[in-house]
Amino acid sequence: MKYLSEYRNLETTKGYLKLIEKAITKPWNIMEICGGQTHGLVKNGILDLLPEKVRMIHGPGCPVCVTPLNLIDKAIELLENDVIVCSFGDMIRVPGSKKSLLEVKARGGDLRILYSPLEAVNIAKNNPDKEVVFFAVGFETTAPANALSVLHAQKEGLKNYSILVSHVLVPPAMEAILDDEFASIDAFLGAGHVCAIMGYKDYYPLVEKYKVPIIITGFEPLDLVQGIYMAVNQLEKGIYEVENQYARVVKEEGNKAAITVINQVFEIGDREWRGIGEIPNSGYKLKKEFEGFDAELKFGISHIQVAENSDCIAGEILKGIKKPHQCSQFGKKCTPSNPLGAPMVSSEGACAAYYHFAEI
Amino acid sequence: MERENFGFDTINLGHGSGGLMTRELLDKIIFKTFNNPYLNQKHDGSIVKFDGEIAISTDSFVISPIFFKGGNIGELAVNGTVNDVAMCGAIPKYLSLAFIVEEGLQIDDFIKIVNSVKAAADKSGVLIITGDTKVVERGKGDKIFINTTGFGEVHPKANISTDNIKVGDKIIVNGFIAQHGMAIMSQREGLEFESTIESDTTNVNYLVSDLLDKFGNKIHLFRDPTRGGLASVLSEIAGDINQGIEIYENQIPLEKQVAAACEILGLDPLYVANEGVFLCIVDEAVADEVMELMKKDKKGKNTSCVGEITKEHPNKVVMHSSIGGKRIVSPLIGEQLPRIC
Repeated sequence: MKYLSEYRNLETTKGYLKLIEKAITKPWNIMEICGGQTHGLVKNGILDLLPEKVRMIHGPGCPVCVTPLNLIDKAIELLENDVIVCSFGDMIRVPGSKKSLLEVKARGGDLRILYSPLEAVNIAKNNPDKEVVFFAVGFETTAPANALSVLHAQKEGLKNYSILVSHVLVPPAMEAILDDEFASIDAFLGAGHVCAIMGYKDYYPLVEKYKVPIIITGFEPLDLVQGIYMAVNQLEKGIYEVENQYARVVKEEGNKAAITVINQVFEIGDREWRGIGEIPNSGYKLKKEFEGFDAELKFGISHIQVAENSDCIAGEILKGIKKPHQCSQFGKKCTPSNPLGAPMVSSEGACAAYYHFAEI
Repeated sequence: MERENFGFDTINLGHGSGGLMTRELLDKIIFKTFNNPYLNQKHDGSIVKFDGEIAISTDSFVISPIFFKGGNIGELAVNGTVNDVAMCGAIPKYLSLAFIVEEGLQIDDFIKIVNSVKAAADKSGVLIITGDTKVVERGKGDKIFINTTGFGEVHPKANISTDNIKVGDKIIVNGFIAQHGMAIMSQREGLEFESTIESDTTNVNYLVSDLLDKFGNKIHLFRDPTRGGLASVLSEIAGDINQGIEIYENQIPLEKQVAAACEILGLDPLYVANEGVFLCIVDEAVADEVMELMKKDKKGKNTSCVGEITKEHPNKVVMHSSIGGKRIVSPLIGEQLPRIC
């Protein structure tokens, strides 16, 4: 398959693994930011192929995992009150404080699983007597389409469409991790698809301030081992730069059209991250002029606040302080069919990845 | 061909009443289509004769949409059960056929489905010998549900059981995986994408029978990886036999377009449903010959040996990835959910 099989080539991958082995002289902690990368590393068995000195730490880049519990409860509240709730697939099984969206659907809630928020706008158009809410979670990657859905709804004059926003941003999360005294990250693999939208200029100040290499990296096996090699190479040479491994997709300035749409609809605001807590200026919220599309305001559900399950150490997992199997509940009280926290639900979550594809 | 005028265009509650309207529906569509000595008795059931052991399997079909690329719910209901009987090492002979219809189903759609049932039954050499038709109120069903139960004679040379599986046995798959699931997915509301992926629904009973004729008890297991896909079936088998299974990513037959669709939707083809796919676990001594026979059959053109039974890692399926890594293949938990990004 064009642009896929080339990046799953046994020989080339082996070549890079050898290069890593040759270059590395001491242990390094490298964090892959994106859950898609965690998934790729585990699914392809790359973790076992890497030299022991490469310690991969799995970052917070799983949108499902960092969406706070109270947002899920808010979506459930809507679903139980005759609102058509539209969501990306892997959000629906995440447990809220008492139940999941999937359970409410089974009891009669009108929950739609979609690939695109624009589809939700169509549903709103076709159901004028119903309220339709899109559960707008995710990083910078999903923000353009979510913003576009608001613009479409506005253009169509739809009064029954709104979004429940929980957008989070990668660079502030990286900064929060670098500031955490327990997390010790030597280099990052930057999230390729986030950078495809946003570019990577935001990383220059991070690299300077924390003296940490950031390699913008893709998701295929070869991308990942090449990205790791580039990180090791910088670390061993004592340099720290932003490097772009994923140049076939990512441009320095990002996708201008997408950024324009985001800036039209959203502005930067504080956001709560599941397991991590509130990080200042770490997410998007709707701009004042689009308040009419804000489901939290429209339905008066901002007051819903719940505490995380105290048995779940999602925060430490997401910051890379602990590995999933170091959690006392892992595989016992917490499994993919009965998850305590989000990292066990999403296929991108570090806990689920470890559970499904555990070391052999 | 112009169809007979029934005086109604949709099926309504009256057709499930058991009264005259039911009779009319049965006479004009069901009995006319299937027309065989068993069914023509118009009794509550049928009496059939078997020599020796019989294999029985039942399955309900609730697929949506009811018409999809490559088939419809009618032929699916026949092929699914025919294949399940065949997987027992048996030769399917008879089927029961029960409809639960939601009122409002277009009569033309019903006829299309019944005709497909008939065509699929003829193709796999089974007779419909008893049946039932119920109609439920609108909203209490989803257009049409079908239940079929299949009866087959166990092949005289068959000895199909997980107990027979031993270390070294080869795992052979008859063709491209994930076609059915992706064909359905491409037509689901909200997920539509353009593709020419068709469901692989078909009967494999003749190929299974040929294999048993030639290799008898050297074939240790047949299994069709329908829902849950290849991964779930293999995990189940590994658990049952208390041995390990190793499979090789680059030997799993996967058609390019299906692979691409899975990539786009973020789904793992190992967990996607199949209909005309089966795997057989065979004595390694006959594996090459089994493959040769299968490849000659229309329904086994893309046969591939995907792995083997091992002593290592009992109860677990390990996949060797195309880049030389290894991972555990676990069973599907709930429905496979599309990922966010």
